[in-house]
Amino acid sequence: MTITQEVLDRHGLTRDEYQHILEMLGREPTLTELGIFSVMWSEHCSYKSSRVHLKTLPTTGRRVLQGPGENAGAVDIGDGLAAVFKIESHNHPSFIEPYQGAATGVGGIIRDIFTMGARPIALLDSLRFGSLDNPLVRRTMAGVVRGIAGYGNSIGIPTVGGEIAFDESYTGNPLVNVFCLGIAKADEIIKGTASGAGNPVYYVGAKTGRDGIHGATMASAEFDDRSAEKRPAVQVGDPFMEKLLLEACLEVMKTDALVGIQDMGAAGLTCSTCEMGSRGGAGVEIDVAFVPQRETGMTPYEIMLSESQERMLLVVKKGREAEVEQIFDKWDLHAVRIGQVTTDGRMRVKHHGEVVADIPNPALTDEAPLYRRPMAEPEYLKSAQALSLAELGQPESATVAFTRLIASPTIASKRWVYRQYDHMVRTNTLVAPGMGAGVVRVKGTRRALALSTDCNARFVYLDPFLGAQHAVAEAARNVACAGGQPIGATNCLNFGNPQRPEIMWQFARAVEGMGAACRALDIPITGGNVSLYNETDRNGVLPTPVLGVVGLIEDADSVVRRAFRHAGDVVILLGESRAELGGSEYLKVVHRLVRGVPPALDLDREKALQKLLVEGAAAGLIRSAHDCSEGGLAVTVAECCFDTGLGVEVGTPGTNADEMWRDVMTLFGESASRVVVSVEPRYASEFLHRAADAGVPAMDIGRVGGDRIRMSVDGRVVLDVALAEIERLWSSAIGNYFERSRAVA
Amino acid sequence: MKFAVVVFPGSNCDHDAYDATTRVLGQQAELIWHKDTDLRGADVVILPGGFAHGDYLRTGAIARFSPIMQRIAAFADGGGPVLGICNGFQVMLEAGLLPGAMLRNDSLQFRCQQVHLRVEQTDTPFTLACGEGQILEMPIAHGEGNYYAEPDVIARLEANRQVIFRYVTATGDVNADANPNGSINNIAGICNQARNVVGLMPHPDRACEVAIGSADGLVMFESVVKAVIEGAFATTR
Amino acid sequence: MRARVFVTLKPSVFDPQGTTVNEALHTLGYTTVKDVRQGKYFELDIDAPSADEARTIAGEAAHKLLANPVIESYRIEVDSNAEATVSAAEKRGAAMKGARR
Repeated sequence: MTITQEVLDRHGLTRDEYQHILEMLGREPTLTELGIFSVMWSEHCSYKSSRVHLKTLPTTGRRVLQGPGENAGAVDIGDGLAAVFKIESHNHPSFIEPYQGAATGVGGIIRDIFTMGARPIALLDSLRFGSLDNPLVRRTMAGVVRGIAGYGNSIGIPTVGGEIAFDESYTGNPLVNVFCLGIAKADEIIKGTASGAGNPVYYVGAKTGRDGIHGATMASAEFDDRSAEKRPAVQVGDPFMEKLLLEACLEVMKTDALVGIQDMGAAGLTCSTCEMGSRGGAGVEIDVAFVPQRETGMTPYEIMLSESQERMLLVVKKGREAEVEQIFDKWDLHAVRIGQVTTDGRMRVKHHGEVVADIPNPALTDEAPLYRRPMAEPEYLKSAQALSLAELGQPESATVAFTRLIASPTIASKRWVYRQYDHMVRTNTLVAPGMGAGVVRVKGTRRALALSTDCNARFVYLDPFLGAQHAVAEAARNVACAGGQPIGATNCLNFGNPQRPEIMWQFARAVEGMGAACRALDIPITGGNVSLYNETDRNGVLPTPVLGVVGLIEDADSVVRRAFRHAGDVVILLGESRAELGGSEYLKVVHRLVRGVPPALDLDREKALQKLLVEGAAAGLIRSAHDCSEGGLAVTVAECCFDTGLGVEVGTPGTNADEMWRDVMTLFGESASRVVVSVEPRYASEFLHRAADAGVPAMDIGRVGGDRIRMSVDGRVVLDVALAEIERLWSSAIGNYFERSRAVA
Repeated sequence: MKFAVVVFPGSNCDHDAYDATTRVLGQQAELIWHKDTDLRGADVVILPGGFAHGDYLRTGAIARFSPIMQRIAAFADGGGPVLGICNGFQVMLEAGLLPGAMLRNDSLQFRCQQVHLRVEQTDTPFTLACGEGQILEMPIAHGEGNYYAEPDVIARLEANRQVIFRYVTATGDVNADANPNGSINNIAGICNQARNVVGLMPHPDRACEVAIGSADGLVMFESVVKAVIEGAFATTR
Repeated sequence: MRARVFVTLKPSVFDPQGTTVNEALHTLGYTTVKDVRQGKYFELDIDAPSADEARTIAGEAAHKLLANPVIESYRIEVDSNAEATVSAAEKRGAAMKGARR
């Protein structure tokens, strides 16, 4: 077979990379080998553009049991237990086929968790879509939500939180990031390792078909007009099969008959085989003729590259085969031996005994290409950062602006979405979606885990370093508001084409900022995902580094929610409000601008704030806590009222801005490190003292009660609206987009 | 006394029912695999929620053929109390243990939310500790909970007092606002003629602790404990 | 033998999915479509010596499993041509071969 440039292009390999392959093999590769290299060296699998930057992230800590490099990360949560978690993306497939793209994204991350020996107990999703005025976007969003619901509900893992934001840049490139967390015994975490010469290698799960071939290479390329033809590359998920796999695998893991196990995700059988071999420093030999196939006439190339879902690869201790096979049989699953572990460190693939691929494992993993791509500050940056209020003319009236913000999709209630998710199955959910960080209890202990995924992509666009820090701070703050001490994080870095220096610059700066924030807040990154090439016809997404933070609540009874609870409670604003409108939702919604610099962020202050919240919750002093984010103080205060029937009356001094803009700045500025807390009157004084001792600015700003939302600035009432009316706008906004147009279900 | 919680491939809420009856209620329970034919001396059988067989073909359509179902039919025939929750209710409908069928929610969406139920009849093993007309708050989580039966069947159910739970507002009104899925007559749960087999779409197993939202479901399990231990319920055959 | 089983909702049963599809067609401009009912379609590949036997087996399958008699009705079609599973292209190819000889 002649390997022409066209063949290389179709495989997403450059001439240089091909040269590299020739050197590593010492000969020309077979077509099957070329396919294997193409998927393992794709951006999605090899992280070739991002590895040099990711290496700078902090990944260790006293609680870290497993850092990056395995299928998921793990942190110690006490009582001999570990929280195993990770976030992953399934962006490109969700544009091509929204339901299945999102569904298989959920399936994939769940497998990454249970393959480590952890029972998954919670899901969160972080989604980005274009403008809901666009029917294509509505169709995408409806499909994605149904796909997440369809898969998560069926397999019985609750979706307890997440976030959704909207921006035109995501129109052709929706982002679907799914976070999953499971619980395992800390000393029974299973790795994806192949070792022990002669140990049998088993395949279990769904039969292999032609789905998703080159899915990994699709995820590593931009979309263009011909993308619609790529439909056959999208995998179809079967949550029932995965449920059986999950139960059977967890049962097998209890027997200690396993050496290692890994799920077949991106790059399918190829990826799991060489990665397990690499990690164990061993070789793996398989004969694909033994792989159960659901289509006829499949070639070794197709079998190795197939991304059929719900399949696992196991390395079993020699002599324990019958035990393992029996457990899978009980669940009506068929575990098939397809090969064994060897000592030569190579991945050898046979087809009916004939060798079709023979590659040193490290060539596909550790020795995959590593790029230091050129970076250059983007041209848009300087002018985007410039924000002159004078240019904007008049600010909008407080009431009109507030009404528009509360109904803007990024801020409006997401109930239309999360009521399609079973958020209660497994009866662990202490805080359901819509109430702040999702919180699940850990049965058998007194503890609970608070979970949040966050990223303000506009901030990252305007200043990647600072914006990424905000993402870390916000996710950790959300978790702290619930009373959870942040103990670990996972990241999903969604960016455009890394071959463009401006994008690479955004990426590198964001990773730097993220690392600095994680160090300052003492939150290790235990793993994550990078999704590049989120562009269509050269229009890239806003740089969106999503952080998923896990927080530990020592006493589940002390969990705190975002909503007010009693009329008469004292409302306290923690943190400092400044005249900062850069990158705000106000600017976007009212003036249609993404301009300015993100609000300043003092990580020491942020740390002190989070400590105060966690300790205050543990001491039972805090009735409710909600952090200020999009929409600023006014939106935050309103959100504390929703679902309670309780109004609020608060007043603050104006921020230091010129008179014309003072009200808008005070109500809608998005200064960082601020939280609106409500406290029983008898605890108010103590709590304010605690804040003062901790060096956290704190101010009594008003009282819960009444049936209106009333806000004053410098003693003047600037906002006075009926709670019921505002809540109606907030809760119906997103549903209205769909009911009005009746998108086909 | 002992509960049997049946596990089909794809059942998810077996553990929730098990946890509610043991840790919260303080009774004994055992998980019974669907291929078993032995209820191991259980006094009460629970068919739990979930997605048996992925809900493929129709909800409960394949599970009804499981070996355990014949044993359960016999148990029910003998007057034993059987509770079908959500998917369990769907399995019972397909198996003919209860009349009617489930359609897709009229919204065409899966709905997970709290609802209010009114206890219409207190002479079943699962409601005998309830007050008549008592309102219970508990969650639903289903995509196919739209109860349907032909008009004459519905008329017979109502006349025979076989409607056990109805969707109501928090103040007890039966109206469309209270109905989360389009069920005829806001029917949330029914019983068989002998009144020992009860099926409902909402999840009492998820409403046994205030910490997770509501403890209103506990009374249903307390009822059946009373029924078994005190012999407080006699089957009318 | 290939049996086709068409399962449809009984007329009295409300079909929100069919209604939604109907509305969507109207949005696309097909206003002459008056009503849509959504059903299920099954293809059974049956090892049976005759079309009648295949029909019997398919009927039992439909009655016991494929349709829920409370809300659905069904009808059966059987491809009596034993080569029903051979594609049209293959048939053309076979005919061509015959012609060349």
